[in-house]
Amino acid sequence: MLDSVIFYFFAGIAVISAALMVTRRNAIHSAVFLITTLLATAGIFLQLRAEFLFIAQIILYVGGIMVLFIFVIMLVRLDVPLPQIRSGLQKWIALFVALTVGVEAGVVIFLARKAPGQGLLIPNPAPADKLPPNTEELANSLFRSYLLPFEIASVLLLVAMVGAVVMAKKRTEAP
Amino acid sequence: MMPIGHYLFLSLALFLIGVIGVITRRNVIIVLMSIELILNAVNINLVAFSRYFGDVAGQVFALFIIADAAAEAAVGLGIIIAFFHNRETVLADEMDLLKW
Amino acid sequence: MNSSGYFLSHLWLIPFFPLVSAAVMFFFGRRLPKDAVNLFCVGSVFLSFLHAMGATLKLFSLPADQRVYQQILFQWVTPGAMPTSTGLVNFVADWGCLLDPLSCVMVIVVTFVGFLIHVYSTGYMAHEGGYYRFFGYLNFFMFFMLTLVLANNLLLLFVGWEGVGLCSYLLIGFYFLKKSADDAGKKAFIVNRIGDAGFLLGLLLVAATFGTVRFTSQGLADPTAFSGILQSLASMVAQHQLAHGASVFTTIALLLFFGATGKSAQIPLHAWLPDAMEGPTPVSALIHAVTVVTAGVYLVARMSAIFQLAPVAMDIVAIIGATTAVFAATIALVQTNIKKILAYSSISQLGYMFLALGVGAFAAGIFHLMTHAFFKALLFLGAGSVIHSLSGQQDIRKMGGLRYTIPATSVPFIIATLAITGVPGLSGFFSNDQILGHAFNRHMMVDRYLALWVLGLITAGLTSLYMFRLLFETFYGMSRIPVESEGHIHESPKTMAVPLMILAFFSIVSGWLALPVLWGEQSPFERFLEPSLRGVEKDAGSITFGHHTLLVEYALMAGLVAFVVLGFWLAYKLYLEQPKLHTKLAASWPRLHNLLVHKYYVDEIYDALFVNRIKDLSTALSFFDSKVIDGLCLDGAGWLVRAFSRISMWWDKWVVDALVNTLGWFPKFLSMPVRMFQTGVFSTYAVFILIGLAILLGVYGHHVQTFMRTLH
Repeated sequence: MLDSVIFYFFAGIAVISAALMVTRRNAIHSAVFLITTLLATAGIFLQLRAEFLFIAQIILYVGGIMVLFIFVIMLVRLDVPLPQIRSGLQKWIALFVALTVGVEAGVVIFLARKAPGQGLLIPNPAPADKLPPNTEELANSLFRSYLLPFEIASVLLLVAMVGAVVMAKKRTEAP
Repeated sequence: MMPIGHYLFLSLALFLIGVIGVITRRNVIIVLMSIELILNAVNINLVAFSRYFGDVAGQVFALFIIADAAAEAAVGLGIIIAFFHNRETVLADEMDLLKW
Repeated sequence: MNSSGYFLSHLWLIPFFPLVSAAVMFFFGRRLPKDAVNLFCVGSVFLSFLHAMGATLKLFSLPADQRVYQQILFQWVTPGAMPTSTGLVNFVADWGCLLDPLSCVMVIVVTFVGFLIHVYSTGYMAHEGGYYRFFGYLNFFMFFMLTLVLANNLLLLFVGWEGVGLCSYLLIGFYFLKKSADDAGKKAFIVNRIGDAGFLLGLLLVAATFGTVRFTSQGLADPTAFSGILQSLASMVAQHQLAHGASVFTTIALLLFFGATGKSAQIPLHAWLPDAMEGPTPVSALIHAVTVVTAGVYLVARMSAIFQLAPVAMDIVAIIGATTAVFAATIALVQTNIKKILAYSSISQLGYMFLALGVGAFAAGIFHLMTHAFFKALLFLGAGSVIHSLSGQQDIRKMGGLRYTIPATSVPFIIATLAITGVPGLSGFFSNDQILGHAFNRHMMVDRYLALWVLGLITAGLTSLYMFRLLFETFYGMSRIPVESEGHIHESPKTMAVPLMILAFFSIVSGWLALPVLWGEQSPFERFLEPSLRGVEKDAGSITFGHHTLLVEYALMAGLVAFVVLGFWLAYKLYLEQPKLHTKLAASWPRLHNLLVHKYYVDEIYDALFVNRIKDLSTALSFFDSKVIDGLCLDGAGWLVRAFSRISMWWDKWVVDALVNTLGWFPKFLSMPVRMFQTGVFSTYAVFILIGLAILLGVYGHHVQTFMRTLH
């Protein structure tokens, strides 16, 4: 019961602030609402007993990536008075198509859970108090089975860092 | 224990909001933020399935996606700054250099 | 050779120093200050002079028959086996140095007088533009001249010969913005090329006849390994393959002599020298007194072994020399430009030298070459000093009375005049006397040489006349300098005056090398040179000299002095005592005067005979070119091409292009709807992705559903 309350609480916060993020005119406001969404997601992770991801979500997303966004927002000039929403046909087409996709996916999920004893209704999760320590298990998996992807990811981060530095660098006039 | 459908609907909702943001917003920074939102929705899916199947691999991939998101944000924002230096704008519909 | 010592074994350094400094001038000269230019250029020539001096002293210390030093630096032209008149010969021309008494004299004269001229130039050129360029040319010139003089073979001598020609072209045309200077440079170059053609033919004939171009194999470590011209000649004559007076000797001698007439400005190729006075005065002195013009004399002396075997060629040399001597001296009588007078004087004196060579008195010719180098360089430099003092005035009619205003110039000039005219005790007297004495001796053996001797005497008288005229007009009498430039007269700087004094000293004493002639002995100079000029044949048919007693010798000297005094007296009468007299004289023989003023119309004759004919030929060729080749062939071809291209263009435009355009229009038309999707804005693309996703979900949604149901 408490589990459900916690889930709905975080899910509600996440959805509402995501919607606010997309609709706010000021980019700073958007960023703040995105942070809220991400924090709520972190709560969901905790509720799913993924403690390490909960920490990683807060530290990396909220502490790292979002600070980066806010820096960039400060750096560039934001034409707040300009219309922030795309006008014209494309917007309506987009909304329509997005809703279509949502309905279709919703129907898929909804129908999948209908049949009792089958599908999504009968997962077999271990009870919360019987779970092995999450961080230890994650580390085992990460450094045993997924060592190569892990290293590749670190190389990717290095390349991204170099690329970001090169691109954001102030261009000096060619001599 | 919550049925997994709840998590999937939550994920779907966040994904759709992110998609709508990507499509309708003109500010490239907000577009990037919407993409982060989409990635986050995926993460919820992964973690939920990981929980329900008792397999930690889903969390590992969620971790990779977070790293990916960080890289994408860094490069994307670098591009935005470079573009802003050149064109003095961050509006997406003025970035039409991809046209033939 | 092992005891050759530093100076002999480093003979190659003598031309090397000026080459290095010339290279420095050409590459970095523009950035060097004047002092550095002076240091490099004058210093390098001074070093050359020191080395030449050292080498000469070393050579002196050897016994007379060993006074040949030869050094081969590297093999230069090695074409391999070459067919000659004596069969296949391994032909080699090397880059080497030969120092024997003959080249010794030349090297000393060239480096010493050259050094003085360099010093003088630092004063004379001080206010001119292109200072470093001038000195670079001078040093380059010294390099080639020393290469020429020190060459151990005819081909290397030719290199120096051509290089000297190039440098004299550059130096004469030094003021290249002035058209007359430019033209004079070109004239010198072209006239020299005509002579060079003769030289080159002679060179090739030498190579084909003897199979070698090396002068001698003496002085080499292994004299039998390399044959020299001298040795081949000796063996050919000894084996009676070629005899005295053989036509091949005459041909070689005449061809080489033709080359020499070009360089040494003899008839018929003398026309370039007076024009060459357009160059700066030190250049005139260096080129036209000391070096270039003596190259011809040197060449003939160097090849004296061949000349001695070709009596016809010798006669021609003597006749041309004597004719040129008188001819140029008469022109010099009426010229008014101070440098032109000296130029004609040079031609005349060179003719004198050739007269000496032609009668077989090679040593006397070289002796005169040396004394002439001193006093003619002094005359030129003195003239330059006068011109410098008068700020560029070269017309002797606008000079006069300069003796008191510029004494440092006038005293050396007077000494030089006395020397060149042959006043007893000075150098010119001894060398003139040597030449005339030998001519007289030849006359005692062969009567027809009397005419040459007489021409020589007349030349001496004429020389005296025009030189004293020049002296009186310039330094004595009333000043005819225009009043406005009178105030500007200034004495030349020390750097110009000191070389004048040194040259004056040597103009006096250099003749004393022949002093023993006075008491009936052979001149030491002649004895020193003899090994180089000996020739190969001692028996009948070679050049012989009669012998005259001491009394006759004094009589000959007295005759020479009489002519000199006659010339002096005439000049005194005409130009100093009654200055109006010579104009009256000129007016009473206008035709003769005109003839002389126009230099016997040689330039005009050459113009009419050659230059204008070549121009006519060019005009005809250009007419042919423009009318036939351009008009018919080129224009016709052009018209055809244009006609074809017009047809081709029409075809292109209406058939080919139309086809291509139609083909291009098709995909353009067909792609119309597709192109609408490409907006270039990424959110549009995102919409397309989304639409694709919706379609996929709509079509395959139930598969996902089924899949999810089976998850366990």
